[in-house]
Amino acid sequence: MSTQLSLGRVALAVAAKDLRIEMRSRVVVNQVFPFAGLVMVMFAFALDNDDVLTRVAAGLVWLATLFSLIIIIQRSFAVDTADGALEAQRVAGLEPAGIFVGKALAVMVQLVTLEFMLFVAAVVLYRVQLHADGAVLLVTCVVSATAGLSFVGTLYGGLTAGSRGRETLLPLLMLPVVAPVLIGATRATESAFNSGGAAVSDGWPWVGVLVIFAAVFGLGGILSFGSLIEE
Amino acid sequence: MDHLGFIAAVYSVTFAVIAALVVRTVVQGRDLASKVADKDKPWT
Amino acid sequence: MDAQTFNARVATPTTRLVGALSIVSMAWVVLGGLFITPKDVNQGDAVRIMYVHVPTAWVAYLAFIVTAVASACWLLSRKHSMGFDRVAGASAEVGVIFMAMTLLSGSLWGRITWGSYWAWDPRLTTTAFLLVTYIGYLAVRGLGGSLEQRARRSAVIALLAVLEIPLVHFSVLMWRSLHQKASVLSGDGDIKMDGSMLTTLLVGVIGFTCTFAWLVMHRQRVLAMQDAMQMTQLDVALRERANESDDRVKGLK
Repeated sequence: MSTQLSLGRVALAVAAKDLRIEMRSRVVVNQVFPFAGLVMVMFAFALDNDDVLTRVAAGLVWLATLFSLIIIIQRSFAVDTADGALEAQRVAGLEPAGIFVGKALAVMVQLVTLEFMLFVAAVVLYRVQLHADGAVLLVTCVVSATAGLSFVGTLYGGLTAGSRGRETLLPLLMLPVVAPVLIGATRATESAFNSGGAAVSDGWPWVGVLVIFAAVFGLGGILSFGSLIEE
Repeated sequence: MDHLGFIAAVYSVTFAVIAALVVRTVVQGRDLASKVADKDKPWT
Repeated sequence: MDAQTFNARVATPTTRLVGALSIVSMAWVVLGGLFITPKDVNQGDAVRIMYVHVPTAWVAYLAFIVTAVASACWLLSRKHSMGFDRVAGASAEVGVIFMAMTLLSGSLWGRITWGSYWAWDPRLTTTAFLLVTYIGYLAVRGLGGSLEQRARRSAVIALLAVLEIPLVHFSVLMWRSLHQKASVLSGDGDIKMDGSMLTTLLVGVIGFTCTFAWLVMHRQRVLAMQDAMQMTQLDVALRERANESDDRVKGLK
């Protein structure tokens, strides 16, 4: 069996396991989604200006996404560190790269669902107007940004998982690294929304940045995840 | 000199911090050197 | 400090030489920067901040490179020689302090020349990100575990940072070009450099680099001794446990 095949199989098995756990426990759906919605509401309280909200809606959606990502990553690894499941997977011979891709895939699925919900909230709460010609840009932006965020989150989540007050390190490590995603996704989304006159065509270079970012951290994660989770 | 306050602040903070770093490093170094056997000191 | 501690030495001929060079250069910078060099045609006395700001910025970036290279050396070396890991850590500790000083001096310089303490231009923003990245790296080094674990984790984090910083810088560059203010904000664009200014600046860069080298060499030795003490204490504890069980066995007999 070639290494390529076993990595894919491991990844799918791990992703399926994580998603099955979420479907049965519904922790992300019941706790993180409402949290994200709450953040959107609180932005409105803090900014107190309808025009400003519509103008900055793209940024607020991605900020809410980032804050929720932190919790989703912590949850993703909490299910593995209770009972030492992560060590068990490693000792069982599962390739760390496969575990990395699998966990990142599961995070991606949850994150994309969350983002869909946040865009609906933006339309409702911030009066964002969606346009058909921005749709392709928006979808591409969402997919590439989410991939990048999931890879980075899983990587640093693996490092900070566990006891002894390590989880608090996750935001400090992760948020500077995902700054390019925040910048790129927000600009691309603004173009898709035509916020402040941004044209749809302006958004595509930013999608390029997002794709490069996802590729760099996907590869970087595959190479280094094993070293980071070694205990 | 114009902006004397700003310039003085920059120079004094920079050199004070460097001096503090140097002092701390020397004190820590001598304290540890008196406690650690020579075989553990890679530069000897 | 008692006599024995005061006399215990960490210095070697190399560090004494480097230390002497850096003291002389820094004295030159202070004299040159504050008194001998003239006011700049455009910026007036404000340019004097440059003689301190540019060297600290240079050291801060150099430290980052040293940390990255030392981390790569550790990962790639067969024996995983701990000296590389210690240099990476020492360099980051010095680097974070110099990065903070760079932002401070730059901020005050900006207050004089542009009128504000901060601006979202690519260079400043990336520098701020570098600072936060350093802090994260040092936090990872403090996570505990064996020396090898510490070395491996920090080496990976350092190399990921090498990937991340260009991405951040490029994104910020693209972002700020939308606002088209970059050219106005380069604080050193309008400085006319004459002979004494250039000399003082050069001496400053070389001198601060010597200071950096001195600090890293000494700090690396301190870390070596701290690590040695940790291993010794571990040995002592293990031996005590072994003796304990021996005594119990003897007691049973």
